[in-house]
Amino acid sequence: MTVAERTADIVNVHGLDIEVQTRGAGAPLLLLASEEQLEAQSAAVADLARDHKVVMPSPPGFGRSGRPDWMTSPDDLAYVMLDLAEMLDLEGVPLVGFSLGGWIAAEMATKDDSRFSHLVLVDALGVKIGGPTDVDIQDLWIQHPAKVAAMKWHDQEKGRRDFAAMPDDELAVVARNVESFARFCWEPYMHNPKLKHRLHRISVPTHVIWGENDGVCTTSYGRAYAGLIPGASFETIGAAGHYPHIEQPEAFGRSLRAFIA
Amino acid sequence: MDAWHFTEMPYPNLPPLDTLSTMRVSIPSSLYDPRIGADLYNHYLDEHMIADDLGLNMLLNEHHQTATCINACAPLSAAVLARQTSKGRICILGNPVANRGDPIRIAEEMAMIDCISRGRLDVGFVRGVPYEIFAANTNPTQTVERLWEGIDLVTKAWTTTDGPFNFEGQFTHRRAINLWPRPYQTPHPAIWITGSSDLDNIKRAAARGFVFATFLQPHEKVKWMFDGYRSAYQDTGLPGGGGTAYMPLVYTADSDEEAEKGARELTWYLDAKSEPQHRNPPGYVPVSFNVQALKGTFTGRTDAMRKQSIEYLRDQGVIIYGKPDDVAQQIKRLYGLVGGFDHLLMMQQAGHLSHERTVRSMTLFAKEVYPQVRDLARTRPLNARAAAE
Repeated sequence: MTVAERTADIVNVHGLDIEVQTRGAGAPLLLLASEEQLEAQSAAVADLARDHKVVMPSPPGFGRSGRPDWMTSPDDLAYVMLDLAEMLDLEGVPLVGFSLGGWIAAEMATKDDSRFSHLVLVDALGVKIGGPTDVDIQDLWIQHPAKVAAMKWHDQEKGRRDFAAMPDDELAVVARNVESFARFCWEPYMHNPKLKHRLHRISVPTHVIWGENDGVCTTSYGRAYAGLIPGASFETIGAAGHYPHIEQPEAFGRSLRAFIA
Repeated sequence: MDAWHFTEMPYPNLPPLDTLSTMRVSIPSSLYDPRIGADLYNHYLDEHMIADDLGLNMLLNEHHQTATCINACAPLSAAVLARQTSKGRICILGNPVANRGDPIRIAEEMAMIDCISRGRLDVGFVRGVPYEIFAANTNPTQTVERLWEGIDLVTKAWTTTDGPFNFEGQFTHRRAINLWPRPYQTPHPAIWITGSSDLDNIKRAAARGFVFATFLQPHEKVKWMFDGYRSAYQDTGLPGGGGTAYMPLVYTADSDEEAEKGARELTWYLDAKSEPQHRNPPGYVPVSFNVQALKGTFTGRTDAMRKQSIEYLRDQGVIIYGKPDDVAQQIKRLYGLVGGFDHLLMMQQAGHLSHERTVRSMTLFAKEVYPQVRDLARTRPLNARAAAE
């Protein structure tokens, strides 16, 4: 990959600085990362970049994007991402979102899906399926970190990050992502009560991919989520937790490519 | 110098601590025996009434979902003491206004207690320690903003006497706020605030004439904070009121042996266990702190004092213990090291320390120590004024 095919820019979106990274060249694809932004360096994205221009914006509060105080929810982030798609002239592109990125993508599609050819949600957060005492999405903040890691990963080795080896400016991004995730998703916890009632508005072909061993939000949650989107297909990936594209990049790539082909 | 009696009202009757992963947040209430709890509540309230008889002031606080503090609703204890005591001042340190989410209700509670006590109430506000976030379900990334908006609204509610006003802030929306009763003290009770390392917060407190309080910190850090307070107090034009307050663990005894034994029992408080995620919820501390946390060099604000020897803690002024003259000497030393302070907040009961031994320590302090330190000059605002002139 040449230098020109790997960029990180700051785009001014109506007064707000938004970081946009791109990988590769070819048909554009808009990709919304998970809350931990594990995707930029991933094998899954490197594979997509072989024949796509993968556009990866950091939503407000994530990466090096600004975070205005008035923004309180992924619903707010979705509007910014739609504004950005318009500014970048993205038309007829697949929209792919992972975990929180999947939630934002779903919010975007309920508002205006006219720019997107396909919607792909991977272990997406964002809806409440059960009753008040049902735990649809495990509480990642009140449980012991070791337990949380076991819920997120089928193979925890694949999720291990060497923070000791990271420079301070990258650690600051890691810490800020953690903070912004809480800022936007603390309450209601990991969902927008209204999203469930808006998903019927999505008219683009939608594919929902889920890690079979996701302990954060299980496949039954994923299935129910997919069931709220008209015509959505649902597929699981084995030997994978909450981030199946990181744990099983090849299986993920096959599933995604088959859908957007 | 004013002296205050304090206990967090612990519930120490737990299984061996090495069998528990936490004493906070998620500890099951099957471990709480209401009959033991009833005895404890009454002992702790009795100790405050004895403090009042001895000429000490009474300090209260609240925490939630924790065996370290069963005073879950401090205004209730303050209301009891407002009615059952007659001399000492009563301070709640403090009202977790960011976590309670209803500043007007707090304003009402404080106004009622101030009236019942005939103006003996000081009103503290706290941001809330990290593990409080979970019980309150407050967004951990905006507690400072919530705290200050809440304090401003409480103050406005207390001091607006000409009928209703509306408030549409970032976190609170209320219509037709019209407080009945208003506080006994005019324009309102003294306001206290706590802090540990956020200098902006300390300066903001100084600029408004709030008392600034800090707990269980090494004396050099206390001095750094108090100096910050004092300089901001000058810089912002000596706003009036205010002061500085420090809390060590304090145990006064008839013998050196009993003093050390009692002091060691008080360190139960420092050993209170919690799980790591409870100590540092996401966004509670700034990104720069969490960069250090990712490197493993920051594990939470209160961790530094844990697992230190009792001699180290005494040298740092975190624990004060001994026979009465020794206790007086340690207080004077601390007073000198931190540039003076106005309020000595004494955690004189913690853990299993019995009612009888607590009362003996309190009594020795009141009768033999307090006379030796009572007249230490108030540094705030007196010294600040003197320095300015």
